[in-house]
Amino acid sequence: MVAVKLRVNGSTELLELEPRVSLLDALREHLGLTGTKKGCNQGACGACTVLVDGERINACLALAVQYAEREITTIEGVGSQERHPLQDAFVAEDGFQCGYCTSGQICSAIGMLAEHRAGAPSAVTPHLAAGPAELSDAEIKERMSGNLCRCGAYDGITSAIARVAR
Amino acid sequence: MTQAPERTRPIDRQATSTGPAVGRPLDRIDGVAKTSGAARYAAEYPYPGLAHAALVHAEITRGRITGLDTAAAEALDGVLAVLTHRNAPQMAPTPRQSMLNLSSLAPGTSVNYLNTDEVHWDGQPVAVVVAETLDAALAAARLVKVTYQELPATVDFAAAQGTATVAAGNPLMPAEAKKGDAEAALAAAPVRVDLTFTTPPQNHNALEPHATTAVWEGNRLTVHDSTQNIDWVRRHLALKFGVPSDGVRVLAEHVGGGFGGKSMVWPGTILTALAARVTGRPVRMMLTREGVYRTVGGRTPSVQRVALGAERDGTLTALVHTGVSRIGRTGGAPEPVGSQSRHLYAAQNILIRHSTVTLDVISNTPMRAPGEAIGTFALETAVDALAVELGVDPIELRMRNEPDRDPLSGKQFSRRNLRAAYARGAERFGWAGRSPQPRSMRDGTKLVGWGVASAFHIPFRVPANVAVRLGADGRVLVRCGFHEIGVGAATAQAQIAADALGVPVDAVTVEYGDTDLPIGPGAGGSAQTASVAAGVLRACEELRRSALALATRSPGSPLRGRRLTELEARDGGLYLSGRPGDGESYAAILTRAARPALEARVGSDTRLGRAAGMVRFIGGMVNDRRRWVRAATGAHFCEVLVDEDTGEVRVSRWVSVFDVGTVINAKTATSQLRGGIVMGIGTALTEETLVDPRTGRIMNPGLAEYHVPVQADVPHMDVSYLDEPDPTMPLGLLGVGEVGITGAAAAVANAVHHATGVRVRNLPIRLDTLW
Repeated sequence: MVAVKLRVNGSTELLELEPRVSLLDALREHLGLTGTKKGCNQGACGACTVLVDGERINACLALAVQYAEREITTIEGVGSQERHPLQDAFVAEDGFQCGYCTSGQICSAIGMLAEHRAGAPSAVTPHLAAGPAELSDAEIKERMSGNLCRCGAYDGITSAIARVAR
Repeated sequence: MTQAPERTRPIDRQATSTGPAVGRPLDRIDGVAKTSGAARYAAEYPYPGLAHAALVHAEITRGRITGLDTAAAEALDGVLAVLTHRNAPQMAPTPRQSMLNLSSLAPGTSVNYLNTDEVHWDGQPVAVVVAETLDAALAAARLVKVTYQELPATVDFAAAQGTATVAAGNPLMPAEAKKGDAEAALAAAPVRVDLTFTTPPQNHNALEPHATTAVWEGNRLTVHDSTQNIDWVRRHLALKFGVPSDGVRVLAEHVGGGFGGKSMVWPGTILTALAARVTGRPVRMMLTREGVYRTVGGRTPSVQRVALGAERDGTLTALVHTGVSRIGRTGGAPEPVGSQSRHLYAAQNILIRHSTVTLDVISNTPMRAPGEAIGTFALETAVDALAVELGVDPIELRMRNEPDRDPLSGKQFSRRNLRAAYARGAERFGWAGRSPQPRSMRDGTKLVGWGVASAFHIPFRVPANVAVRLGADGRVLVRCGFHEIGVGAATAQAQIAADALGVPVDAVTVEYGDTDLPIGPGAGGSAQTASVAAGVLRACEELRRSALALATRSPGSPLRGRRLTELEARDGGLYLSGRPGDGESYAAILTRAARPALEARVGSDTRLGRAAGMVRFIGGMVNDRRRWVRAATGAHFCEVLVDEDTGEVRVSRWVSVFDVGTVINAKTATSQLRGGIVMGIGTALTEETLVDPRTGRIMNPGLAEYHVPVQADVPHMDVSYLDEPDPTMPLGLLGVGEVGITGAAAAVANAVHHATGVRVRNLPIRLDTLW
């Protein structure tokens, strides 16, 4: 067991964890923050996406002990003060069905929009030299392809992100 | 030509809540919960003293367990128990499946897990480990050593084709159907195609892995389960553990997708309840993703033959559709791939036959549109091939063979308007601009292909018990143990009840997903919305009648002496039709009568009541089926871009027009239909469960190796409706859960043929399939 100080959604949590505990399991099983979902536990589906210092990561591939003293934001923290525009846009555009991928989609979209604002290109960005790419549907789809939705709500997800980004 | 149609944004008409709620594209009532992380799924209910469980899977195909070494696992810190067939308490054996007892269909297999030393497939659970923490349970499961005596097994579907026998059909789904002599007509036809198709095994891959939290208090059991059928889970667990079923409560408020994979009771659910029983602790088990593949059935592979004979003008003289699917030695049902071929074309001679082979693999289980999802791929690809052979436009060929009555039975269609669906789809897609020759359309370096295919699915209807309460405060409570697996079921029922009682949607609360509620239908067969709606409508009618009866007893009521037929439910009460203000609110009626609420209940949960309900229901269904054929249909239009060098296929545009009767909520219905199409695109291009032909072991049990479509694989999908009610259904609605996937893979494959000239008959379409 090791003592781990996790900073989650603005509060500091002291945990006694086995070193093998993933950040995802620490959130879900030890802190009761079950908004972050487990879909595959091997980094393939994106359901466990959380933000660490504003960047999106798969919490299932991270050990909790590695993320001590970092600023972790889960879906519970995204709308804790007032709902994030993306949360409302997902509802308005029906960007989900069963809801199981939704927390990861929203966290991923927040991280993705920050990446785009910072000028990061994607695999479909036509000219790297021509400055930041316009956030077209194709750019959104490419940048959100790490988050699976088996219900197939991709259309609504793209619309929701476009509604907030443009 | 490859420009995506402008994204049309749904108009949010929520604010203006006048007029009927049915037909409005309202936001989901659980939208805030699902976008804030507040919606809880089966593995997310906290209990004090909660322990965690993990499965150990058999690593042989078939045989007996001869040795078990659990010492290392038991010695691990935090391990509470290692349960195997040697120490697990006896549970009641799983009953034989019978159509007369629908709940005997509940278990996915007939194996008595942990009460037998027999292994029936690679991956069958042979032990369950319970520990204080999830990590300890998973680590200990890896330490359990099992030795086996292996027995011969048959697992290779392709090699077993010679053993196929005609499936055991039932009156609703006969294995064989014939009209005339199709083989003779085929031989005599001036134009014919005769093609063999294969489709691979598939897995549902609902994003939430199957999960159960089980808590015993004496002989009372509470289970949070990721299921599409809480009543089946309740009754099966009661049977297995020998406890009264009314002491078993199953809850499933939110289910993270199902697609058929959570319709039956699979071992994880039973073994979690067992682990909780033995340890005396609340126990949670979420299957690993691999565990889902190993212990929950998927879609069968298929080999199908479709042969079409036609006159030179395209008139079909022969339609043969035969298929072979797989069932497991311990369970599974034939997948009726010829289903749609009985109804889609006015062929003069028809032969449908379905056969199965039995293998030592996990039983197959329904996956979205069992039968039609892969059957339409074969049929609709063959029709496209015939159109090419005849030199006729593929839509035109379909229209020339569009039947007026059901081709096999001569029965009426309850409604059918594929002509209108194709006409509207062609216009929205721009089909008139298609150059018919394969490889004749290009976009830069890409070959462009346009394909069409028909969607066809027969929705089920099942009994549903419903209670509706109308309060003196004007609020309405709908209670029914149905399921919300992502379809927007509660939202749709709120809309339906709101209209039936004339109250705003936000005055309606819907309770579901709990066996303490009146027993609802399982989520499957595109049955749930219409089945529950029938009960909600009847209960609401009874409430209107009761409210009027209360009112007419009072001399002061403006409704005195009025009949229900003169009244309409609106503005939170009963009012004379077309006479604003002439009537009374429910609040006024109930308050005057000093009644806090009125309640109406449809159906009975007692054993006798259920049996009577089932007899009535089967009688009604037989009568219904005798009179007409009822189906949801649609027309898919697909554009693909194919890279000429690599053979990479990208779906770049999609238009579908559906004939699904009344659309209750276009926002949620469109999502469901698009979801079906996405799964159809996956069927065409990416999805395949790889089975080792020597051991039957699934070789790609994970989302990294089984490729479901991602965002970038799917274009914007333009989905629209004819929106004409089906006269034989409650509110005229037909379920939309499955029709979207039907025909979708064929539309892709037909577009690929148009782009490349290559006719793909084996799914999925991979790079090496094309060049």
